[in-house]
Order: sequence, then structure tokens, then C-alpha cells
Amino acid sequence: MTTKAQELSGWEYSLAPETTKIDIEQKNKLFIQGKFVSPKSRSWFSTINPATEEKLADVACAGKADVESAVTAAKKALPKWSRLSGSQRAKYLYRIARRIQERSRELAILETMDGGKPIKESRDVDLPLVAQHFFYYAGWADKMQYAFPGANIEPVGVCAQIIPWNFPLMMAAWKLAPALACGNTCILKPAETTSLTALRLAEIMQEVGLPEGVVNILTGAGETGKLLAEHKSVNKVAFTGSTAVGKSLMRSTAGTGKKLTLELGGKSANIIFADAAIDQAVEGIVSGIYFNQGHVCCAGSRLFVEEPILDEVVSKLTHRLRSLRVGNPLDKNTDLGAINSQEQLDTVERYIRNGTEEGAQLHEIHSERLPSKGYWCSPCFFTDVQPSHTIAREEIFGPVLSVMTFRTPQEAISRANNSPYGLAAGIWTNKGSKIFEVAKKLDAGVVWCNTYNKFDAASPFGGFKESGFGREGGMQGLRPYVRLQNQSRRAK
Amino acid sequence: MSRLTVPKTYKLYIGGKFPRTESGRSIAIENQKSEIVAHICHGSRKDFRNAVESAHKAFDSWSGITGYLRGQILYRMAEMLEGRKEEFAAAIQVTQPVTNAVARKEVDASVDRLVTFAGWTDKYQQVIGCANPVAGSYYNFTIPQPQGVVVAIAPQSPSLLGLITCIGAPICSGNTVVALGSEVHPITTAIFGEVCQTSDVPAGVINLLTGKNKELLEHIATHRQVAGLYVANPTKKNRTLLEEGSADSMKRVHCVAFDESDWYDNAVTASPWEIEPFVEMKTIWHPSAC
Amino acid sequence: MHTPVDTVMVEQRAKSFASRSIKTESKQQGLRLALSMIDLTTLEGKDSPEKVRALCTKAIQPWEGEIDPPLPSVAAVCVYPSLVQVAKRALEGSGVAVASVATGFPSGQYPLDVRLNDVKEAVCAGADEIDMVINRGAFLSGEFDVVAEEITQVRTVCGTAHLKIILETGELETLENVRLASELAIQAAAHSGSISDGEVFIKTSTGKVNPAATMPVTLVMLEVIREYYKETGIKIGMKPAGGIKTAKQALHYLVMVKETLGDDWLTKSLFRFGASSLTNDVLRQLVRQHTGRYTATYDFSEA
Repeated sequence: MTTKAQELSGWEYSLAPETTKIDIEQKNKLFIQGKFVSPKSRSWFSTINPATEEKLADVACAGKADVESAVTAAKKALPKWSRLSGSQRAKYLYRIARRIQERSRELAILETMDGGKPIKESRDVDLPLVAQHFFYYAGWADKMQYAFPGANIEPVGVCAQIIPWNFPLMMAAWKLAPALACGNTCILKPAETTSLTALRLAEIMQEVGLPEGVVNILTGAGETGKLLAEHKSVNKVAFTGSTAVGKSLMRSTAGTGKKLTLELGGKSANIIFADAAIDQAVEGIVSGIYFNQGHVCCAGSRLFVEEPILDEVVSKLTHRLRSLRVGNPLDKNTDLGAINSQEQLDTVERYIRNGTEEGAQLHEIHSERLPSKGYWCSPCFFTDVQPSHTIAREEIFGPVLSVMTFRTPQEAISRANNSPYGLAAGIWTNKGSKIFEVAKKLDAGVVWCNTYNKFDAASPFGGFKESGFGREGGMQGLRPYVRLQNQSRRAK
Repeated sequence: MSRLTVPKTYKLYIGGKFPRTESGRSIAIENQKSEIVAHICHGSRKDFRNAVESAHKAFDSWSGITGYLRGQILYRMAEMLEGRKEEFAAAIQVTQPVTNAVARKEVDASVDRLVTFAGWTDKYQQVIGCANPVAGSYYNFTIPQPQGVVVAIAPQSPSLLGLITCIGAPICSGNTVVALGSEVHPITTAIFGEVCQTSDVPAGVINLLTGKNKELLEHIATHRQVAGLYVANPTKKNRTLLEEGSADSMKRVHCVAFDESDWYDNAVTASPWEIEPFVEMKTIWHPSAC
Repeated sequence: MHTPVDTVMVEQRAKSFASRSIKTESKQQGLRLALSMIDLTTLEGKDSPEKVRALCTKAIQPWEGEIDPPLPSVAAVCVYPSLVQVAKRALEGSGVAVASVATGFPSGQYPLDVRLNDVKEAVCAGADEIDMVINRGAFLSGEFDVVAEEITQVRTVCGTAHLKIILETGELETLENVRLASELAIQAAAHSGSISDGEVFIKTSTGKVNPAATMPVTLVMLEVIREYYKETGIKIGMKPAGGIKTAKQALHYLVMVKETLGDDWLTKSLFRFGASSLTNDVLRQLVRQHTGRYTATYDFSEA
């Protein structure tokens, strides 16, 4: 039976939560010398789901004695691991990559539960990149001599690797994969709020039979990281996180001969020229600043729009913002999940207040679907922002965009470069020659032209100026994890 | 009666000019017989500041010209140095007890070193940069770009070859340099500015200071306009001081420990891996589609 | 005057619509909506009155089984001009519209007077909607005024019949051409007289050229429609045609329409699917959801 000329219209999406259940250990121990061990510190902290504020588990907090054990394990494992042939090391890394692919759904769900990022992103962005990173660097392990022509290559040694909470597993992969490929042994320190997936990675290390002590994972807070970085048997410190901590690491390692790489903050410029494909540029703005709730060091948080198209861009951006869905990160249709912690939410909210107080105009779309518990921030942007405003200068690390204008390419370049940071930049124009000229003149380690926030294991990532030094990804990503023989005479 | 000689007044080289130190200080240089043979400028914190200003001003155009042209200019420096070999050999011998042959060998190596770096200007990019095969419809490549103002602290010896190496590595990629010459053998540094000035090196690209490094180290480490350091054979104390001070503006600090023979070895001191510490790798993405 | 379009970013955005998860109630609703938007089409040399009558029966009542609430009819039946009368009679009183391709479909390679006459005859025979093809040859050789003038004249002869302008995007090849042709088609249609909401559609393809409708192409066309609405307040309709065969694909398109133009466009008066095999796949999914059992192909009548 059919109703005649029935006029259907309108449509809403139903809830689409990820339903796979994940078992979570209640007590998550440290991973040292190939085993899960209770912390000698006897100290534990709880990790919560930022979308529900519910406690997920207890996590060990590594203290001085634990750091000592882990460094000893890594040091002990070093000679054998570094002398293993490249092709053998490669196979371990390939195995890790495969196991990550096999366990990727579980890992994605856990990443989302512990960190608050939308399942869509952990599933479609983080996990594929994690696996790709291990695959990519696996292949380098027996080809190092082609990456550094003319040099004799040695691993650096014991690496302390301290990572942030915005891409927990991906940052672990960025650190571990090149280090292991080059023959180093590692102690990884995940961020306090996002330890759980790193410990699953430890399980994978066990599953693939990685020799004991090659990878050790120490959970804990900032103090654990500090102890680790300052340990005298550590030969290399790799850190991703805030510029302030990066600077203090630079001071604490000064004169020690420790090799250091830092991947720090940013206030990246996204520049839209009037001749750009504007509808696509708006997509680029959105993926530039709202990807992962804006918890992205290379977020395009300063938008520079050529004056004649300001109104058009603002109007299209406003329209686009309405289709962004904020809420339960485990819902497959969620575009923006939870802010990672109460502390970070306070920071973001403080910047938003500050922007308004300094006279900028706030544009926000309030979502009606926000749960009552959890840490939430609706995506927003400011217009009437002056380059001197705090929101135009400081890294917010949240879904908050500052919109400014420029009149000429030269002005765009100089405004973009007027920052102590230099991590990334975006350029949108239909003119090829302009792209290359502007890309050349921007102080940024990654320049996305007519795209934004693209990552790939084969593509180096890292900053200029106070955004840090050293590259992760690509052939250049090997450089921080080797000593070239010609440099072995350097001051120790 | 023998002719009275006209001794040279040794000055600093800043912004293409030869100023005396603003501090008015000088250091007496003695020859091997402990006779005072010259006075060298005892450069000050303000001279250093002025040199950084000059280097910063020169950066845009020096980094903006083609590698080919930079190569031409470096090669021209080699030509000019070759033409003044005797003068430089003599300058080396003033403070160092070496034979003329040994001194000439250092000058020859210095000329050759400039030629090596002249050749690198349009090639190192192809060795350390690359196209990246990303898994998507993008053309993606990584290219090196110079950092900006680099301060080079030359080794005590070999004074000329060491100085030229510390300058050559950063400038061949387009950085501009403020160099502190050998403290104990400063005459080569004091006259090298004349080679620079007569060989088409734009003003400010190379700035040369003589004096006491110790009083400048802290200012070098903390000057926010300085992007990188090339430090030859630092003591642990100096290295710590420089690295600590560099943290605030995140300078790239490249410390080397080369012995005398290393300085003569192109494979050690003029490889692309000695140019790489003074460039930033920039990765550019662009979609590929019709 | 080309408005630049960046293909890779369009593809990225198009892909993001396909990653929406449409389950349970929203799937049910979406599939019903999709069904109501179908232009059930037969455009073959062997088409006969009997075939068209069968299609019309299917159009009015897509499924014979019981389902609550009852399923909607499809939006229209689309045929060649010579079969318009047959369809008109078969659909009388059903609310299902008769659409006719015209203007020398699918190539359009006929003298203008022949093409205009084609339209006139279809309208006289009772077509409620005319699906015209644009002059791609003229477009690709840069004779935009010729293309526009022809569209204007076609719309004039359409009278009160609605007009769907087929760009044949597979032949235009680039998204910039798609964008330009969309802008040009809408402007040209407006030139022949004011447009009320849904009176003019732009349509991707004839179904005779590959590729036919794709999500990136449709997205670019939707963006042109959005811009025109912003400038004028007039709602132009959209019809992707060819290549949309599965219920899942149809839902992806609906997501795209919802997130690009908004809920206003989620109605058959502003959005259509030009398709034939889509109907039964939508029905299979609907019946599966309704009964909880997987169905066989022979459970659904062929038209």
C-alpha cells in the first residue's frame, strides 16, 4: 500500500555509537625489560574518560628507581639490538606494524576513550598512520647507507622519548619507529592523561617477540619525564610538547652531549588569497583548526584572509560550522570530541574570554547535543582580531580560530612570519607561481598548499624557530637517531 | 737610513666596512720574539650587536639569490685569496712557529675549502632534500632553507682554514655570518675581511670580529636574532653556557671537536652533513589533480 | 571568469560524507526519502509502451508487500518523448510526475530548431518535466553564449514544465568545467524568466557517458546552487543521474545534500536521483530493516 504523492522532507542522523567493548586492566603497570612490572615508587594515578569524567583505570607512576630500571634495561639491550642486521630489525618492525593493523579497532576505541578524540579520527587517521609509520621505517632499517651517502652511521644509543596527549599512539609511533630502525633502544614516556594505548603497544612488542629491553614504557607525570631526560645514561632526548618544557629540556641537557630533538608548539598561519578555490579553502580552514578539537601543534590557528573575500569566507565558515557535530567521541558521526582534560578546557576557555575582552568578535555555534558530563568546547572563531591580541600570538590548543586580513602577498608573508613559532603554514591560491614564492618565504617546517593537516610517514614534519628542531617522518626523520661517523669526534 | 715601514691598522669587518671597535680597546700582538708587531681590535658586545644587525640586514638578499650566484661569489673569494697567498702565509707565521711551507699549505687548503663550498651552493639541496612518495594524490617534497644569522666561533688553529670552514658551511646555503676569529692567532681574521670586500660578497654576509671570545659568549648565546651557532672545539664549560643560553630562542647549536688533521679533511669538515646543521628542512605539500 | 575548484579537496570532502554512519531510525527515514526522490528511468532504443506501463506501475507502488507506514511512490518516471503519452495515462492521478528527456538526447547534436521542437512535442504530450542536454561541443570550444542562449530558448518553450539541465559532466571532465557549466546553466535559465523554487534543476548526466554522477561532481554543483540561493533566495534543484545503484550510495548523497544545502533541499521538489536499479536496492534494505530478514533479488518486481 502506498500513499499517493507523499512529500517526505528533512532528516536527522540517529546515534551511531561504536559498540565494541574493550576490556581495560584496572591496574596498568610499567613495561620494563619486556615485562609488566609494578612501580617501585608504589605510586599510581587514575586516568579518566574526558567525555564522561568516569575513571577508566589506575596507571603506574614511575619514580626514580623505575627510571633507573628502565634505563638500565635499555642500556643492556643496546649492544645486541644495534648490532643486529638491519634486515632483522626491519622484520620486527614489520611485525609490529601488522599487529597494529590487526588490533586497530581496539586501539582506536581505547584511544578515543582515554583521550576524547572522535572515533572517526582515531579510526581513520591516527591508527592508519601509526601502522604506516612502522611499515615505512621498517624498510629503512637495512638501507641506512643510502640515506646518508658518504657517512658511516651509528645509532645514538639509549633514547628517552616523551610524548604528548593529543595523538598518543601516533606520537609513540613517530618516536619509536625511526629510533628502532636505526638500532637505538628506547624508553617511552606517554602523557599522563593518555597512557593506555601505549601500554597496548607494549603488549604488541611482547607479542612480536621484540627482544627484552629494546622498548620500555614508563607511565607517569612531568616529573617522570624530567628524571628520564636528565638520566646520565640517556644519549638522546626526543620530546614533543609545549615550548616551555622544550626550552627547559634544552637547558637541562646543555653541555651533556645528549642529542636532542624537539617538536613544540605553533601558531600556524593559514593564508587564503582571493584567487583561491574558496569552498575548498573553507574545508581547509575547518580541517586546519577543528581537527582533533584543535589539539594539534600545527593547527592553522591564525587565519589570514585577503581583504576582498573576508565576508565571503566568514559567511561560508559560519555555514560550515553548523554541520560540525560535537559530542560523544565514540559516536561515529562526531566531528569534535571532548577536550582532553579539565585543565586544558580551563585554558581554552580563558583564551576565549581573553579574546572577547581584548575586543575581538566571537562567532560560535552552540551545540544542543552536548552531554552534561565531560569537557566540551564548541568550535568557534574570532573576527576583528589584531595581530597584537593574545589570541593571535599564543598557542591555544583548542578549537578556537583567529581571523585576520591582509592586502598583499608581502603583507601576508610578513604577518605570518611575525611569530616566534614556525611549525606549519597553509596557502590557498589558484596560482602556481604564487604558491612557490610564498611557500619559500614562510618560516615553517611544513607548508600545506591548497590542503591542510595532511600527514604521512614518508613526509618529514617539524618546525623552524621556537617550534623546535629535528624532523619526524621521511628520510630526514632518521637523522635525529643516528650519529654520522664524521661527527663522532664532536665534543661529548 | 732604512725606510720607515707603514704598518697596517687591523680593524673589524662589519657590514662591508672596516670600523675600529666602538670600545676603543686593542690587544697587542707579539711575534715569536715577543716583539709587539701589531694591535688587534678588542671587539665589544656592541660591535657584536652591530655585526648581527648587518648580518640580519644582508640575509634576505643573500638567501634570495640563486645557489649558482652564491657559488660564483664563493669562487671569487677563492680567487682573491689565491692572489694574496703570500700575505696570508706571512700573517700565519707572525704568531705561529711554522715554516713558510706549512703556512702556505694552510692557505692552499683554505683556498681549496672555499672552492669546495662554492661547489656545494647549488648541490647540497639535492643531497639532503628529496621528493616524498606520500600515500595520496599529493606532490610532496622537502627542501633545505637557511636559518638566518649564524655566529661562527672559529678554532684557535688552524686560524685561517678553521675560520673559512666555519664561515663557508653556513654561507653556502644562504645564511649570513658573524665570525669570531682565533684569539691567539687573530691576524688572518683581521685581514680576511679584505678578501671578502674585494670579491663581490655583499656587505653584511660575512662579519668578522677579533678580541676575547669569553666576554661575548653570553651575548651570543642569548641574542634572539641569532638563529644558529657553529662552535669549534668548545670547552665543556663554554658549550654548556652556549647551549643553555640558546634555549630561550631555540638556536641551533652545532659544536664540533675537530683536530688539526680534521680541518684539512674535506670529507670531515666540508661534507653535506656539515652544511645541514645550518639549514631548516621545509616540506611542501600540494594536491595533484586536474 | 573560471571560479577555481580544487579537485583533491573536493574529493576529500565528498569522502567525508560517505563516512557518516547512518543506522536504525535514520537509515529507515533516509531510505524512504531516497525512494521518494527517484526518477525511475528507462531510456533505451528498445523501450516500448508495455515496458513504460510496467515502469509506471512500479513507480506508483514500488513494493507490493505490507509495510507500515506505507512506502512513498517515486518522484517521477523518465522516458523518451515518444512515450510521454503512455506514461501520462498510466500515472494519471498518482502524483508521480512524467519527465521526458528532450533536445536530441543524449548527444544534443541536432539543429536547434529540431531540439526545440523535441521539447515542444514532449510538453504537448503532457510532460511535467523536461530533462534537456546542453551543447557540450559549444561549451568545450568556449562558445558559452551559444550554450546559454540555447538553454534560455529551451526554458522558454518548456512553459510551465519544470526544466532539468543535463551538463553531461563526464564529457566536461574537470570540476572547474562542471562549476562553470552549472553557473552558466542557472544564469541562462533565469534569463528566460523568473524561477520559482524547484522549477529548474541542474543534472549531472544522461547515463550514457562514463563517468556519470559522482559525489565530487555533485558536491561542486551543490555548492553553485548554495551560492545562487545566497545571492538570489531562489532554490535550484539538483539531480545526480547514472551510477547510483545502491541504497548506501543514495544515503551518502543525502548526507551531502543535508550538510551542503541543509534540510530544505531534502525533498523531491528539490532533489532527485536519476536511476533505475537503485529502487530495488533501497527496497531490499527497507524490507530487511522492517522484517529483520535478508531478502532475495526475486522478492522485488522488475519494472
